Amino acid sequence: MHIAIASGKGGTGKTTIATSLALAIKEQYQVQYIDCDVEEPNGHIFLKPEFTYKESVTVQVPRVDLSRCNFCGRCAEICAFHALAVLPGNVLSFVELCHSCGGCMYFCPEKAISSAEQEIGWIEGGLAEGIDFIQGRLKIGVAISPPLIQAVKNKRLPGAAVIADVSPGTSCPVIKAVEGADFCILVTESTPFGLHDLELAFGMIQELKVPGGVVINRSDGKDEDIERFCKDKGIPLLMKFPFSREIAVNYAKGLPLLAIKPQWKKDLIDLWRKCERMGRN
Amino acid sequence: MKIAISAEGNSIEARVDPRFGRCEYFAIISEDKDQWEHISNSGAFAGGGAGIHTAQELVNRKVECVLTGRIGPNAMGVLQAAGIKVYTGASGTVREAFEQYKNGLLKQSLTANASLHEGMSRGRK
Repeated sequence: MHIAIASGKGGTGKTTIATSLALAIKEQYQVQYIDCDVEEPNGHIFLKPEFTYKESVTVQVPRVDLSRCNFCGRCAEICAFHALAVLPGNVLSFVELCHSCGGCMYFCPEKAISSAEQEIGWIEGGLAEGIDFIQGRLKIGVAISPPLIQAVKNKRLPGAAVIADVSPGTSCPVIKAVEGADFCILVTESTPFGLHDLELAFGMIQELKVPGGVVINRSDGKDEDIERFCKDKGIPLLMKFPFSREIAVNYAKGLPLLAIKPQWKKDLIDLWRKCERMGRN
Repeated sequence: MKIAISAEGNSIEARVDPRFGRCEYFAIISEDKDQWEHISNSGAFAGGGAGIHTAQELVNRKVECVLTGRIGPNAMGVLQAAGIKVYTGASGTVREAFEQYKNGLLKQSLTANASLHEGMSRGRK
């Protein structure tokens, strides 16, 4: 069972819920926590894993053999991302723009382009109180994160209860992290921003055909707008976490929600079971 | 000498477009023939790599000198590698910028004076 924890809006509490969900069910399940928010992975702050391995993740970028190149310009012409420029007597490659499609190598009439490995980030992993913890970390300045997110997802253990923390928004990194999940929890808050971005995120999981449900975090009890949206769209409202200053204060110190509110363990286990029932199997 | 000037319109009375990579047009003059040519810039709407694409277009057209407002590091890298001279800080109309150049009022740039993606906000900071 692979559950992705996403949201449209940032700062709604994805990591709060993902980490505490992992801690709540770890006695009943073999839990794997995968942090797919590779630009700013922060689940480790709460779960405190002991990292025992680190692997480099690379993508293929073009390497031009100038002795074979006839400077025809075909590679620059077909590159949709303008990662190549062909000058009289020289070819410049801007590897940070390359999407590793291989088009330049395929179309080069002189077969002057081969592929070279370019590091985009790392995968780090280890154990956190019995939870198999994995995170991706994108190298500073790298623009393209989906291949790294895919590498993190490739580490999923078959049969485990996989909890994936996802970055906010609805763009490529989010889609890469959510696609193929059995269920997606959309975390929101009862504000106009929360609702607006929930609508976007809901549209995304529909496109991806991933079943999902909504969790309202920091609820002040006035959740009518979100409730109406869920009802209209037929998307289940799975759970509400009330607003609490005590949680905010302790969360800011790096304490997981479950350590602050141990009495919510049962609710979190129920949340997981609901996702299991509604998810694809 | 073939000189390209980034422009907001397709005439020599059009204003200089301060952006290099995402300018709408180029006014190109062949100095020896005293003849103007106006081309629309296909790099203006590139998803990414606009500066590189635009620079490549000018390389393909055998331009030898560029007058513009601001230019980013990738475009500058291509133009420099191709041996194309770049003059920044051009302003007013295309005709005025060309006059500024001829009177030695524009300074030749060897490095970028704009950051990556700056032209996406229409050249405003």
